[in-house]
Order: sequence, then C-alpha cells, then structure tokens
Amino acid sequence: MSIAIVKYNAGNIRSVTNALGRLGVEATLTDDPELLQRADKVLFPGQGEAGHAMAYLREHGLDSVIRSLRQPLLGICIGQQLLCRHSEEGDTDCLGIFSEDVVRFRPERQEDKVPHMGWNSLTHVKSPLMAGISEGEFVYFVHSFYVPVGENTIATTDYIQPFSAALHRDNFYATQFHPEKSGDAGHRILKNFLEL
Amino acid sequence: MLAKRIIPCLDIKDGTTVKGTNFINLRQAGDPVELARAYSEQGADELVFLDITASHEGRKTFTHVVEQVAQAINIPFTVGGGINEAADVDRLLAAGADKVSLNSAALRRPELIDQITRAYGSQVCVVAIDARQEEDGYWQCYVNGGRVPFGKGLFEWAREAQDRGAGEILFTSMNHDGVKAGFANEALRQLSDSLSIPVIASGGAGTMQHFRDTFALGHSSAALAASVFHFGEIGIPQLKQYLRQENINVRL
Repeated sequence: MSIAIVKYNAGNIRSVTNALGRLGVEATLTDDPELLQRADKVLFPGQGEAGHAMAYLREHGLDSVIRSLRQPLLGICIGQQLLCRHSEEGDTDCLGIFSEDVVRFRPERQEDKVPHMGWNSLTHVKSPLMAGISEGEFVYFVHSFYVPVGENTIATTDYIQPFSAALHRDNFYATQFHPEKSGDAGHRILKNFLEL
Repeated sequence: MLAKRIIPCLDIKDGTTVKGTNFINLRQAGDPVELARAYSEQGADELVFLDITASHEGRKTFTHVVEQVAQAINIPFTVGGGINEAADVDRLLAAGADKVSLNSAALRRPELIDQITRAYGSQVCVVAIDARQEEDGYWQCYVNGGRVPFGKGLFEWAREAQDRGAGEILFTSMNHDGVKAGFANEALRQLSDSLSIPVIASGGAGTMQHFRDTFALGHSSAALAASVFHFGEIGIPQLKQYLRQENINVRL
C-alpha cells in the first residue's frame, strides 16, 4: 500500500510518520501531483495558520490536486479546517470539500482556555473511520478554531459548545484531534483509515 | 468535557533517567524510552523530559533520546532543559518533540517566545516559571534552576509570556517543591484565573488529594509530578480512579 503525505508549509509531520511507523507503514512526503494522485491513501496533516497554508497550497497548485483526489484522504487538525469552505482565521477561503465554516472559540467562562488543549471525549460517533471507538472515548486536541456541528459531522466533542471532532464526505475524512497523539484510540482510528 | 491532565516528569542525564528506581517492574528503570512507554500504558496524559546535562555531548544524547521516545509513544510530550536559542527548538521539534519548555532563556530574552511561536505556533511553546514567595508575600521569578532571583514577578511574567504567544504556563513553586505537602493552590488559582491559557501545576505533590485540590481549588489545567510516580508512591490508574470519584474529569 502506498501512502502519501501532502507536503506544504504547515508544521511538523514527524509525529504522523512515527504513528504510521508504529502501524508498520511507510509514507512518502510529497507535493508532486502525480505521486499524490497515484497513492492508495493520502494524509493531510498540519499545524499552523489557515491563511498562510491556503496561500501556499494555491501557489503550488495543490488546492486543485487535493480536490481532484478520489482515494481516501484524511485531514488532521488544520488539515480538517482547510478542507472546509471558509475559515475565520485570516478570513480565508478554503478548499470547500466540506460545506462547514471554521470559526474561533469564544470563551464564555474563566475556565474556558483557548487553545482547547488536551484530552476530550467523542460522542455521536459514526462512520467506518470510527469503527471500534466507543462513545466517551478520549482523544487529544490542540486548536483555537473549530468546525461547528454540520451535515458531515461523524463525531462530536463538547468544548464551550459542541463542535465537529471529525468529518466525512465521499472519500474525504478529517479529524480535528490528533490521532497520532491520541493513545490506543488514535492508533485504532489511523488503522481504520488505512483499511478503508 | 476537557479532562484534567496528569503529567509525569522525567529528568534525563547522559541519556538515562535520574531518580525512579522503584517504578513498577522495568528491566531497566534508567531507560527513558522504556519508562515513557510504561507511563503511557498506565494512562499518563503527557510526559515532560528535562535534560539536566550541561555538556555538548549530553545534548546530542538527549536529542537521540527524544527521537526514540517519539517513535515509541503515542501521547504528547514536552522537552526542556538547556534550551537557549531557536536552534535548540528546531533540533528538538525535528527530533519529534510536540512541545518545548523554555525557562531561564525566556526570562533573559523574552523575544525568544515570539520567535518560536511565530515559527511553530503557540501550541509548541510552554513557558516554565520557577518562582518563590518571598517573606513579604511577593512571588519572585528565579533563573538557573532556581538559584538566582531575576527581579520579575510571577504574575507579571506569566502575563507577558502569554501576550508574547506562549501556549501554556508551567509554574513550579519553589516553596512547595520537594516538600510533598501539596501544590501552591492559592497562587495557582490567581494565575489560572488571570490567564487565558492553561496552567500546569508543579511542585508539592505528595498524596492523591493534593492532585484533587490543585484541580478543584487551584484551577490548574494539569498537574506535574516526578518522585511520587517514579518511586511508585502513587500509581496513575489509582490516581485517576480517585479523581473520577472526586468528580474531577480525567481520561480513563
């Protein structure tokens, strides 16, 4: 099985390649359209700022490459946000694969810290990506922007209000949390993705 | 609901763990990778590794430890100790660390925080503060492993670190550290209530109730400890069961 990771300007992908290594899989980091299109699975991870990331993707023609992919793709963290329609971060038009918009957390009480950082639980879990994941399972998040619950939501987490912990439409999957840092649950989700 | 985090801290010298002889049945209690894996399996939410070597050779060994830990465990971990410039951060993040913890270097050159968070985002930057409450009640920051007073107040510095982009504050009370009589909950509460970023409590853990208190009374987002975990005085699974019974939300 060939796994490609989209190479762009959004952060450290070392933890994703390490997690794939623990699953016995090697991945190729690439921005070559042909390699991305030929891969069996594509990962689109990242940390960073939406505006800069989208600018880079457009400049390198990766926006249309990602939209054209037909094999399973998994966006992680900023990857999930970039697959949405629009992000409040830098007022950025994103890839538009998911119809949802990305907005910033607005703290309501003193204990509502931003970024939302740490382990939080999943509810309303569905889709093959989440096979074997029970209601209430904890996964690891680090983010200041979120996707509200919408038609493509396949897992919900509650922080200040319920939001989309994961999305799915057609061949596109995405998680706001970091499966590569989410212990056994995250390991299972990555394994599920590789088996789609 | 967001869980309160339990964070064991490991001191690393020349590639091996200092302290921690009593910890469960490890073949090699000094092996940081094996210890990290054991803590991760026990339910630790994050780990912190502090490089306490001073030599150049020790730094290289530590980087190698970070690489091995990153391959072995699937929970987040922070590294600190001896981070003096942006190049140290580049090296440790490239080795696979999720976050770096800055201490004396950030007090001496606060712009280091801006530089790191601009390059990598706030989430990678933990600012560690060692502070002591002086006799007049003033919380004073210290540098060089708590040896030298810096002339800046805890609350003032934490606020500045946040404004410069720090993602978390790791506050160690020197009055409480090593005493095992509980965390500095009064200062922690004031700190946590005045900041918009998470605060990690450090220094003073002796009993399971001390963890409960720092979450319930100190408003801490996470609690860090070393010896109570390393010497097997408190087991992480038991601690989390206890906290759950005390209505503290933890990951089980």
